[in-house]
Parts: sequence; C-alpha cells; structure tokens
Amino acid sequence: MGFLNLLSSNSFFSQDLIALFQDFTIFISSFETIYMTVISVLLAYVIGLPLGIILTVTDESGIYPIKWLNTVLGIIVNVFRSIPFLILMLALMPLASFILSDSTGNPAMILMLVIASAPYVARMVESSAKEVNGGVLEAAKSMGANTWQIVYKVILPESLPSLIVGGVISTVTVFGYTAMSYAIGGTGLGALAFNEGYVNSDWAIIWTCVLFMVIIVQLVQVLGMKLANILDKRISKK
Amino acid sequence: MIQLVNLEKTYPSKSGAVTALKGVNLTVEDGDIYGIIGLSGAGKSTLVRCINLLEKPTSGNVIIDGEDLTKVKRARLLEIRRNIGMIFQQFNLLDQRTVEDNVRFPLEIAKVKREEQDERIASLLKIVKLEDKAKAYPSQLSGGQKQRVAIARALATSPKYLLCDEATSALDPQTTESILDLLKEINKTLGVTVIIITHEMKVIEKICTKVAVIDHSNIVENGRVSEVFADPKSDIAKQLIIPDLIRYTAHKTGDRQLRLVFNGELTDRPLISALAKDLGVAVNILYADTKNYDGRPYGHMVITVAGGQAEFDKVVKYLDQNGINYKEQL
Repeated sequence: MGFLNLLSSNSFFSQDLIALFQDFTIFISSFETIYMTVISVLLAYVIGLPLGIILTVTDESGIYPIKWLNTVLGIIVNVFRSIPFLILMLALMPLASFILSDSTGNPAMILMLVIASAPYVARMVESSAKEVNGGVLEAAKSMGANTWQIVYKVILPESLPSLIVGGVISTVTVFGYTAMSYAIGGTGLGALAFNEGYVNSDWAIIWTCVLFMVIIVQLVQVLGMKLANILDKRISKK
Repeated sequence: MIQLVNLEKTYPSKSGAVTALKGVNLTVEDGDIYGIIGLSGAGKSTLVRCINLLEKPTSGNVIIDGEDLTKVKRARLLEIRRNIGMIFQQFNLLDQRTVEDNVRFPLEIAKVKREEQDERIASLLKIVKLEDKAKAYPSQLSGGQKQRVAIARALATSPKYLLCDEATSALDPQTTESILDLLKEINKTLGVTVIIITHEMKVIEKICTKVAVIDHSNIVENGRVSEVFADPKSDIAKQLIIPDLIRYTAHKTGDRQLRLVFNGELTDRPLISALAKDLGVAVNILYADTKNYDGRPYGHMVITVAGGQAEFDKVVKYLDQNGINYKEQL
C-alpha cells in the first residue's frame, strides 16, 4: 500500500479518508446510493410510466381525450412536483412509519424517493410520448387499431429512444435526491459526505464523495445516451 | 360503394364555428379511381378523413356498402377501417420498425397468424417492388420507397378501398409518376377502389376515372374526368383545369375557337396534320398544353379554323367521327 502511505504523508488526505478506502466504506456507500437510486427509479416508472401515458392519451389533442381525468391527474402531478424534496421527505415520515413501521433508514428513503419522483417521471414520459408524430397515430387509427394497441404498438416503441433519454435524466435526478438520506438516518454517498465529512470538517472526505458521485453520474449519462442512440432506428447506421 | 350524404363538418374555434364541409354529397362506385381536387383549405383533407371517420362528421351520413359508419359501434368501426386502406402525404411509417414490420403492423392489429403474416408481407413487397428492402428501416429509404411501403401496408388487410391523402405531393415528378402507375395497377389487378385527394391536376389527368372539384367546403362539380375536362363549368374547375388558357385566349381573333380535350383515349395520330391533309382545312393553334403518358395524349388545345362555316362544320364532323372531345369556346 505504498500509494496510500504516500497519500497519508500529505496532510490533506486524512487517516479517516484512507480508512474509508481500506475498509471499503466508500465503495459500500456508492453501492448503497446506486441501489437506492435503481430501486426507486424502477418503482417510480411502475407508477410514472402508466401515469405519463394516461396524461398523453387523455389530453385534449390525445387519441382518447378525457378532459376531467387529464385535469385531475395533471393537478396531482403538479402538486407533488412543486414540493421541494427535503420538505416532502419530512412530510412523508408518518406515511413511511405507517407502511414500513419505520420512518427512518433506507427503506423509508426509497418510499419517499418513489413518491417524489413518480410525478416527475410521469411528466418525462408524457413529453416523450407526445413527440410521436400525429400522422403516425392517425395511420394506426386508419388501420383499425384501438387505443391500447396504439399505446403499446406505436407510442411506446416509437418513443423508446426518447423514453431512455428521459430515464437517464430521471435517474440522475433521483441520484441527487438520495444524497438527502442523511436527514432521516439513511446511508449512501451523500450520508457519508455529511456524517463523516461535514460533521468532522474533513473536506477530503467530502470531495472524495463528490468525485465518486461525478463518476457514477457520468457513467449513467454516457451509457444511457449510447443505448438510446443504438436503439434509435431513425439514425441510419452503416 | 361509398356514399357521402349531406356531410357537414364544423370545428369550434374562439372566433365561432369554422365550416370545413357543408352538405357534401358524393357517390364512389366500386372500381373507380375517384379524384377529389381543390385548392388548399377547400376542405378536401377533412372530406377524406370523414370517409373512415378519422374525423367525425358534425352531421350527415357515410354509407359504405350499405352500412352507415356514423351509426355503427366503435368495435365495428375499427373492423370496417381494415377494409379501407389509407396513405398520406408524409407516409407516416413507424420509424422504429423495419419495412416488413411496418407492413406487418395492420396484420398484427387484425390478429392474423404469424405464418400468414409472413406470406402476405412477401407478396405485398413484391407488388410494390421492394422485396430487397424488407429489413431496411424507413430512414434508409427515399420518399418514393417510403410511399411504396405505405401502400403495401395499406393493402395488407386486402381492403376494398384505398384513400390517398395528397399521397404524391411530397414527391418529385418522376416518383409521382411511378407511384401513380402503381396505384393504377393496384386498381386494375386487385380491383381496389381508389380515392385520391390532390391539388395537382396532373394526378387527376393521369389516373382518375372520375373527379370531384371541391371549393369553399363543397363539391362544385363532379363527373367523369373526360366530361369535366371538356366542359368545366365552375370558375374553380376552369382555373384548375385550364390555368392559363383563359389568359392566352382572351384576345379574340374573330374566328370561332374550338377547345380540344385529350384524355388519353386518342392514339397519337397527328390530328392537326390529318385535318390539313384529309380535309384540306388549315387550323391555327392558339394554345396547347398537352402531355404524353404511355404514348397517350392528355391536355388541351385551342384551335381556330380558317375559312367559313363549311370548313368549321367539316372539322367538327371529323372530331365527332374520331371520338375527340371538344368544346366551342365562346
């Protein structure tokens, strides 16, 4: 471990920071953050994807307009979207304690992340779904497709690349939210940066956590965009 | 047979209702290639969308083979739509599907078995001459190829009718020709009744058997193409059919003018020289706008006959005998 010894000779790299590497804490925290993000995003899509599609389909200019439903769902989504995440977290603690019989820790954090991000995901999905050319929807209608067939055979596959881009943006947003888990006793990179770094005024730890976060976000961004590009058949490939 | 009865369509808008169709009546017989022509904003796109109820008429009836589409249940309407193919100006292909899977789409909707789908796709791609593009994506095709895919897709469920909404307007003249040839062939070999919406006279000239001229939300005249061409009555029809004829022949020479209409029924016998040789009558061409499609002449020619009444009568008699449409210009 000559490299770590060299680092420890520098006063900026504290013993505490080196300990984070030696006992793998930084990697475990990274994993916890990724795990919380992935589970939350998946569950948020379980709610947000159908919600976004319903918002698109029932819109005034959609394929099956239902004005009252669109208005009601639109208002609900907007209400949740307008509450800052930290405040929503605190407000949802009684709900977490009711459902999970514990208002703290990572499971509670995931519940809060899902509730906070599902409306966000719904808007992302809605904006992707609305990009599908109206003429294509009209063509599908002219072939006798019903509303459900148009959704799963036209809207979803045609907007797939855009949905993936939306997924990347949503993931990065949720990833950012996970950093607030320290507020309710959760773990992850954000909690590590706060509990070990901020509390002990150890800037090296804070910046190391930042570095790990940047790397993770970059990976998600680059791989996600690459996937969207590969799947998009509108771009002709040699 | 498609019958449109007193079709009305109005759209609500902030400045009051906008009328797109008012009291349209039209009958399309089986086997027709029916052209509907009008300037933009005349209501022709709304009209064609009312036929398969993509637009719901405000009032009136759309009767297809005796069944009133405005009165059937939604499930039945979706079934009927499989019997009415439609193609569009912008092709409207599914960008994320290959050519063959685009053609497969209506077959999936109609719940056709997979093996049957494959057979059907192969024969359709043959008809539109795109067998080698089965695995290509729309982004790799030219405009004409895209429209061929759209035609194959529209024909997948073996519809009796095919609606074409400005299907050639986004294509160059040569590609337009080939798509029109294809539509004509489909009409002839598969017996599909074709309804064509266009603003281009050449489309009507080239393949339509009947034409309806639409202006200000209503059909102002309709009938066989040869008849409407020979004798357009409405101002809008005159403007569409003979755009600069009026300008060129407004200057009267005093001689009686005849407007000859060629609609492809005549072979390419040299008419003018025949008049001179066979009848010994000299004719003057004031205006000519004729085109050759498949060696058959289409278009108009305005001539004056030198001499008196006798010569004029001779020419008229000759035209009658040879089955050439004409109309005296007044």
